[in-house]
Amino acid sequence: MSSARNRELLALVPVALLLTAGFAGVFAQESSQLGNASLIYGAYFFAVCLATHIYLRIRLPNADPYLFPLVALLTAIGLVMVYRIDEGLARDQANWFVLGLVLFALAIQFLRDYEVLERYRYLIAVGGLLLLLAPRLPGIGQQVNGAYLGVKIGPIAFQPAEFSKLAIVIFLASYLRENREVLVVGARRILGVTLPPLKHFGPMLVVWGASMFMLVFIRDLGSSLMFFAAFLALLYVATGRFSFVVIGMALFVVGAWFFAETVPHVHDRIEIWLHPYNDPQDTGYQILNSIFAQADGGLFGKGFAQALITVPGTNQALLPAAQTDTIYSLIVNELGLFGACGLVLVYLLVTARGFKIALLASDGFSKLLATGLTAVFAIQAFVIIGGVTRVIPLTGVTLPFVSYGGSSIVANFVLVALLLLVSDRARREATEPAGREAVAMGAI
Amino acid sequence: MNKQIIKLFAFIVVLFGVLIGFTSYWSVFDAKALKEKNANKRPLLEQQQIRRGRILAADGTVIAKSIAKGKGSNLRYVRRYPEGPLYGHPIGYSFVQYGDSEFEQFHNDELIGENSEFESILDEITGKKQEGNDIVTNIDAEAQRVALSDLEAAGFGAVVAIEPSTGAVKVMASNAPYNPNSVPENYGKLVKQNLATPLLNRATQGLYPPGSTFKVVTAAAGLESGAITPESTIDSPGSIIDEGHELANDFNEDFGPIQLDFALTNSVNTYFAQLGQKVGQDEMFETMEKFGFNATPPIDLPDDEVYNSGVYEDGHTIGRNSPVDLGRLAIGQERLLETPLQNAMVAAAIANGGKLMKPQIWNRVIDPDGRVVKSLDPDTYSEPITAKTAEELTTAMEGVVSEGTGTNAAISGVQVAGKTGTAETPGNKACGGGVEENQAWFIGFAPADDPKIAIAATVECTEQFGNDVAAPIFRDVAETILAGEE
Repeated sequence: MSSARNRELLALVPVALLLTAGFAGVFAQESSQLGNASLIYGAYFFAVCLATHIYLRIRLPNADPYLFPLVALLTAIGLVMVYRIDEGLARDQANWFVLGLVLFALAIQFLRDYEVLERYRYLIAVGGLLLLLAPRLPGIGQQVNGAYLGVKIGPIAFQPAEFSKLAIVIFLASYLRENREVLVVGARRILGVTLPPLKHFGPMLVVWGASMFMLVFIRDLGSSLMFFAAFLALLYVATGRFSFVVIGMALFVVGAWFFAETVPHVHDRIEIWLHPYNDPQDTGYQILNSIFAQADGGLFGKGFAQALITVPGTNQALLPAAQTDTIYSLIVNELGLFGACGLVLVYLLVTARGFKIALLASDGFSKLLATGLTAVFAIQAFVIIGGVTRVIPLTGVTLPFVSYGGSSIVANFVLVALLLLVSDRARREATEPAGREAVAMGAI
Repeated sequence: MNKQIIKLFAFIVVLFGVLIGFTSYWSVFDAKALKEKNANKRPLLEQQQIRRGRILAADGTVIAKSIAKGKGSNLRYVRRYPEGPLYGHPIGYSFVQYGDSEFEQFHNDELIGENSEFESILDEITGKKQEGNDIVTNIDAEAQRVALSDLEAAGFGAVVAIEPSTGAVKVMASNAPYNPNSVPENYGKLVKQNLATPLLNRATQGLYPPGSTFKVVTAAAGLESGAITPESTIDSPGSIIDEGHELANDFNEDFGPIQLDFALTNSVNTYFAQLGQKVGQDEMFETMEKFGFNATPPIDLPDDEVYNSGVYEDGHTIGRNSPVDLGRLAIGQERLLETPLQNAMVAAAIANGGKLMKPQIWNRVIDPDGRVVKSLDPDTYSEPITAKTAEELTTAMEGVVSEGTGTNAAISGVQVAGKTGTAETPGNKACGGGVEENQAWFIGFAPADDPKIAIAATVECTEQFGNDVAAPIFRDVAETILAGEE
């Protein structure tokens, strides 16, 4: 039973070593001498991970052994990169890492019976939508680059979209668990396309509406895309009907096209994506320099702390928003295509573990919850990496666990906590067949 | 639902594959094109972070060096030229905002230590920082100084001195000079000076009518083609009719039947015009092209800063099949334009027994550890004339200096071979509408029996003749170089 946790512990050691080596690399570049500081940072990091590991050993002994080491690895990469950009930012990031783990522990502590979330699903949904709205509220809302992403209450500033994604996934998982059969059974074929029954179509339109709403009022193309894609992923998994996904996508494209024509902010984002060279010094500057930074990296990259982020001798950014939006470009620049492949592979492994958890889970809600959480995580990574590589328009979404930003780290640790909760139960049931019935009964 | 979950995962694998695909495209496959985009300032900014190597004169005088400014990621190097205007040509300048020119541009890769693809990957893996190589040039610091100060006294013009046996460029001076240190502050002003055109390297970009100095080429073609021998004579009256127009000697002097040395010593127009016609256009162009005409001279300067010499029509040199007034071409007129570099190459080829070496400014590349990575391996460009022809031409050119039109080039105790030239350039706009409209030339080499240096000197917009203003520059520069050789 504890062999899962032993594997976790074993996996954490190379992660801590990697962080130590990363810091050592940055130090070596910046001061040409190696102090023991990197060892100290490595030790702190390992101690924090170890404490979390011990907590998991006690609370969730059966949970997936690789998920936590993988996200610890992502955090380590993020800490090193952010440190390389700015020491002060890295200190914030380290604090948020610890805060994230505290919330992670609290989530595990209080949501052991996570079915309770189902009971409050409408409350959670409303809460999630309110969070999304908050940045538009006068007094606390903040506008960043034309998008309303931030909220500031007193000294605390955060990005509510990061938290509302959890709320929306919980709601959707619960709603679809209950209605998936009706959606399938009541479906009719019209003109060769399978349409869900009108009555149950309503909630789908609500989600679509919410995504469009985000486009227009929050002007957040990235979050909008992320939410809607997660919704379609869940809808597909819940109903098995690919046609629903096609309809949903058509709806999104039509809506996005309409708003791209009418909402200047969205329109600009798409214009910049399609024609970045039209104004390389102004609107196209960020995406072009994101790509130029990647071109500069090549196969192996320039090495830690070797890439240019600002124009030497000035404060003018050469790679704008290097610590958040374009951190992936910086990674390609310094670690090369190989480093980037490694990073994408880690995201893929996290996704694989998340879906594995969903596969193992026995009840519908657990399955859909794990699927939804994993999908939203993977799609978030896709939206921002795709943004900085010009696969899709560049939007201000964070790269989970790597980008600088407290809301992102904390919210994503809660996401991982939920996945581990689902995993622990699924794997316990798998190893203790006797317990399965009891839990299944409890679920009913 | 498990089937759908697996399909969803497969879809996400595809999405992530697309990300890797795009990343590969930008970082590897399209990287070269992206680095060349105008909007991409990164390559320039990064080059600025490499300590660019120094450029040195043959005696070790520092011509260009890089000064570090800022620290860490703010570190950048700025180019300094301690000798100011003296080496503005041919070394040029290198600044991030204004780009680079001349020698700095041509040797950029060596100066920033750009290695082969394989070596740079090796360096990246071993974490070696890219550092620039120093380049030692062939330039004789003292002679360069003499050449430029003589030119500044005489007028706009240029001097090129080449070691005949190696092609080593020992002097390349151009007046008006400019101070490369002032490029960042004064670029706009430097560009606007239309008359002085200080950024123009007159040695390689000055297209001047060569006047009588070209008679050496005509003589070479005559001897090579067998049209004449040193002993054969051509009747040279006071004037002849060439292409329907009179072509005359100075003061219409009638020389009668004369041999080559006499004709060259006294620069007899009617002799050479007839010789040119005798040789024919094919042979004339053949010899010219072997001397380097109608092509970009093979020097280590950017192609667009080294102009072709030849007969110009609509901004281009024309070939042997285009109609040409052969008689006037033979005496350096027609639409013939020649750079001082080309004229120095003519002198150097004759001095080197008929073998033209590629002129080169660089001598060796020294890496940051002090090792010589590469050094100049003298290379033959062509063999325009035989050793015998070269000897015969040398004898004739010795007469020019000892008793002919170029006596001011004489150096005591050293036998000098040379040829003067004075092309009249009436209405030359470059002269600013003044009356001083001669293009004065001297080309030659010394010592005549064992040439150490071949030089072309020219002064534009002067009232004086080649012997008065160009020959003394030749003498001063040759003396300085020969003194340095001892």
